[in-house]
Amino acid sequence: MKLYMKYFSIQLKSAMQYKTSFIFMTIGQFLLAFNVFLGVYFMFLLFPNVKGYTFEEVLLCFSIVLIQFSLAECFVRGFDMFSATISNGEFDRIMVRPRNEIFQVLGSKIELTRVGRFLQAVLMFSYGVHKSRIDWSFNKVLALILMIVGGFVLFSSIFLVYATLCFFTTEGLEFMNVLTDGAKEYGKYPISIYGKRVLQFCTFIVPFALVQYYPLLYILGKSTNSWYRFLPLAACLFLIPCYLFWRLGISHYKSTGS
Amino acid sequence: MQKYVSFFRLRFLYGLQYRAAALAGIVTQFAWGALEILMFTAFYEADPLAFPMKFQDLSSYIWMQQAFLALYMTWLLENEIFHAIQKGDIAYELCRPVNLYNMWFVRSIANRLSKAILRCFPILFIGILLPKPYGFTVPKDMTTFFFFLVTLILALIVVVAFCMLIYISSFYTVSAAGIRLLAVAMVEFFSGAVIPLPFFPDSIRWVFELLPFGSMQNVPLRVYSGNLQGAHLLRAIVLQVFWCVVLTCGGKLLMNKALKRVVVQGG
Repeated sequence: MKLYMKYFSIQLKSAMQYKTSFIFMTIGQFLLAFNVFLGVYFMFLLFPNVKGYTFEEVLLCFSIVLIQFSLAECFVRGFDMFSATISNGEFDRIMVRPRNEIFQVLGSKIELTRVGRFLQAVLMFSYGVHKSRIDWSFNKVLALILMIVGGFVLFSSIFLVYATLCFFTTEGLEFMNVLTDGAKEYGKYPISIYGKRVLQFCTFIVPFALVQYYPLLYILGKSTNSWYRFLPLAACLFLIPCYLFWRLGISHYKSTGS
Repeated sequence: MQKYVSFFRLRFLYGLQYRAAALAGIVTQFAWGALEILMFTAFYEADPLAFPMKFQDLSSYIWMQQAFLALYMTWLLENEIFHAIQKGDIAYELCRPVNLYNMWFVRSIANRLSKAILRCFPILFIGILLPKPYGFTVPKDMTTFFFFLVTLILALIVVVAFCMLIYISSFYTVSAAGIRLLAVAMVEFFSGAVIPLPFFPDSIRWVFELLPFGSMQNVPLRVYSGNLQGAHLLRAIVLQVFWCVVLTCGGKLLMNKALKRVVVQGG
């Protein structure tokens, strides 16, 4: 942990060397996420609700997904950039150091400009909470915290799979974007609006619905099934096969030689 | 002229080499299009009367958008050009007996075209097989198709001319990543990549349509589905030509100014 803090402070200092660029990047991140918000806003100017969800409820859903994603992206960015680490031979250096590989990759890149996105998510979240008049109880707050933790773990696991694929292909594979950016982009609406098939896929194959749709139903009071709040924990189990896949990837690793 | 043509050919053929990447891209874009249509279906069910386009038109819009993504997405910038400016390789480029602006322009167009051609057919093919309101349809007559092609090309020129401005801006800032993100975010929103422009309220929509961003993907995609016709169509084409001229001239001017004071950082 102490070492991670060290990594963190180094990253912070190096980001601050290019202050203007850092500020522009942060604003840019903010604006990119703001676009999606505006998209939702203008859709709701035309339509009063979608499948029974109001604007405020959708905002709440969107902001939670955005928090999950931006946290994961900020800290697990090293895996997102992994194809570069492999192709320039950086990974060889990581392998010979006496520390866990995952830990080192995590520390190699911490993307602080994601603060822009995170900030926006928090703003939207407060607005959504304020407007949607939820009776907060201990259980609902618990559900919310579990959602954020579960989502963070889930997105991190997907980044891990993405990185592992680089062991086999050297290049990152674009179709993985469906699971990362796609989930962030389309997770703005509760998954059920995309129909039953998509919901099934997101429940049993890649468990997005477990960190988004079901606990959200509980928080919004649309369902009284109190088990729903614990479902994000089940989503964390997704990390296990991903980690095994990563181990498999490492054992297959051949240096690119550069 | 001939040297630009051969440069175009070179870049174009080079782009066609990346077939595996294109395949992965097609899968992504197909998933994207499908989710987008499912989302609009949910809104359509909420209130069919409030829907500003025919659903069929929207489906065609979305599939065409996915198929020709490479032509219009501003984030598809060429890192090599940024590198050339930052690392000083631009010195070599300046030694060549070509106009740098024209060369980069041709290069960007070739790059985008080769990507689009590799990707569009499978997506369009699957799109056409889908059941009626969700799939995509052929345009209703030859004139529509003709105008589609014209606006498609004009839109591509507007996009590339705008991207040139982003490249040129990095002469002035050294680290262009921030400006790049800002510009991309702006274009995405105003050009109708987030939601199609007809979904915006009339009071602000006319401003969006006047901006250069409104002359990008908005025009050809709506012409194709028949959403944009008659006098509106002509007005849109005039605007496109106007922005083509303004953006390229502005770009050339700025480029000349930048090149006069360019400092190549040695190394």
